[in-house]
Amino acid sequence: MRLRTLLVTLSLATATSAAAPVQAERLIVSVSNHRVTVTPNYSGGELVLFGSVEKDDRTQPHQGSYDLVVTVSGPRADMVTRRKERKFGIWINTDSRQFLQVPGYLALFSNRPFDQIASPEVQRRQQLGLNNVLLTQRVGTDYADVVPNDAFRSAYVRLRSEHGLYREATSAVTFLTPTLFRTGIPLPAEVPIGTYNVEIKLFADGALVTKAETAFEIVKVGFEQFVATTARQNGFVYGLVTAFMALMTGWMASIVFRKD
Amino acid sequence: MQLYLPIADIPVNVFLILAMGAAVGFVSGMFGIGGGFLMTPLLIFVGIAPAVAVASVASHIAASSFSGAISYWRRRAIDPLLAAVLLTGGTIGTALGVWTFTFLRSLGQLDLMIALSYVILLTTVGGLMFWEGLRALLRVRRGGAVTLRKPGSHGWVHGLPLKVRFKRSKIYLSVIPVVMVGLVIGFIGAVMGIGGGFILVPLMIYLLRVPTSTVIGTSMVLTLVTMTFATMLHAVTNHLVDAVLALILMIGGVTGAQFGARAGQKIRGEHLRLLLGLLVLAVGIRFAVELVIRPQDLFSIRESGGGGPP
Repeated sequence: MRLRTLLVTLSLATATSAAAPVQAERLIVSVSNHRVTVTPNYSGGELVLFGSVEKDDRTQPHQGSYDLVVTVSGPRADMVTRRKERKFGIWINTDSRQFLQVPGYLALFSNRPFDQIASPEVQRRQQLGLNNVLLTQRVGTDYADVVPNDAFRSAYVRLRSEHGLYREATSAVTFLTPTLFRTGIPLPAEVPIGTYNVEIKLFADGALVTKAETAFEIVKVGFEQFVATTARQNGFVYGLVTAFMALMTGWMASIVFRKD
Repeated sequence: MQLYLPIADIPVNVFLILAMGAAVGFVSGMFGIGGGFLMTPLLIFVGIAPAVAVASVASHIAASSFSGAISYWRRRAIDPLLAAVLLTGGTIGTALGVWTFTFLRSLGQLDLMIALSYVILLTTVGGLMFWEGLRALLRVRRGGAVTLRKPGSHGWVHGLPLKVRFKRSKIYLSVIPVVMVGLVIGFIGAVMGIGGGFILVPLMIYLLRVPTSTVIGTSMVLTLVTMTFATMLHAVTNHLVDAVLALILMIGGVTGAQFGARAGQKIRGEHLRLLLGLLVLAVGIRFAVELVIRPQDLFSIRESGGGGPP
């Protein structure tokens, strides 16, 4: 019984997609480098995203031009934002909010301001702009995103933006031809390592036409990264080596500077 | 030359850190102390997270106290039994300290507690040292004799049970206050990133009446073991020990200490104590100012491990 329902749903799904070839634009995208290696003296760099809007013969010609919004989101982690308040004459952390599984890097690029691309409703639904991106907070036992002007949310976005980790640029996507586009993805020195998802959304006349996804990876290499990884994964061995290093340095010093 | 610190996660100038290590080493050699109470604040003021500074300085102090302990051992200026009794307390204190450190960090109040304990401890100890140094200086000016240790006077400490004879120090003393002193030093050392020599030495002289011949050597053994232990515990529980940072500090520190020791021999004892008191007091006040003025940014963010959405 359940199988039949599934089959019906499936055939319905194929039927609707076949019956609605109104707009059949397709996005072809690629990033200049799928694996970025970051060395200790890395001081920031840039990836380039290229793409084109492919149309087939069934595509209906439409008035006006296309709009593109590119969202790059880095590896996710839980973050805490704390606020200091003056208590007993000194400044101490009092209130805090936990942000759940928020990206360590977040960039939103478009070819023109978001409010010219789509209506506020579509902007919110498609998470266009830093104000509309979903940042889940734990409020007591509830999980929710709050209004964009919430003090903790805006402080979080501001602090991240100060480090170049969260950014929004409404003129970063450039159309080289009406269908060929490019945008740069700046990666500051502090980029977290991990997998980055790139989501490209194509809009026409204020509505989402199609979207495409790609990804790239950031890996840190070198001695420093080796040290950091060992410290995290083999704390005991790391501690032993550090303690041994300390004793050796002390012993060496006592030999070098021996007076008697 | 810029170098990226893997655990502290910031780039620093190698020569700046090296110079800081040497400067603190100079001071520590001059006064015969570990210098952790200067090193940790300096690192914090440069921009290294207090938690990383505390954990990394522990290994730096281990290195400098080891080189000191070796030379005191050669001169037979260490009381092994006294050191062993101090260590039983010191080890427990260090474990308690690292546990408290981890707990406070999870509450988000670690930085505040580090700053507060620095203010309280340093202004008190610094004030007392300064006052004591000043009085001794005035006594010398007036031509009086400097008496640090009143022979034959017995305080409440000497009425306690479980007495043991510490042969090399030539004292007969209960183990209870010795273990307690070790415990306190181990605890504050692990929480604040200091060896505790500048508190331990006065405590041993005034409270336990350990003679000056063995006091510094024995206190160095305690510092060495508690700080090595603290390095291990910080590495295992909090993953905050920055080995690269520690190595630069060690190299600067042990070198600076040699020149400091020579300079220290040229200055009179009372002047030395007065200077040390002033230094300790100044660091304490610097921390107090930091707490009272309005911070540039009221908000801070930090990664919080675990607890993902359901």
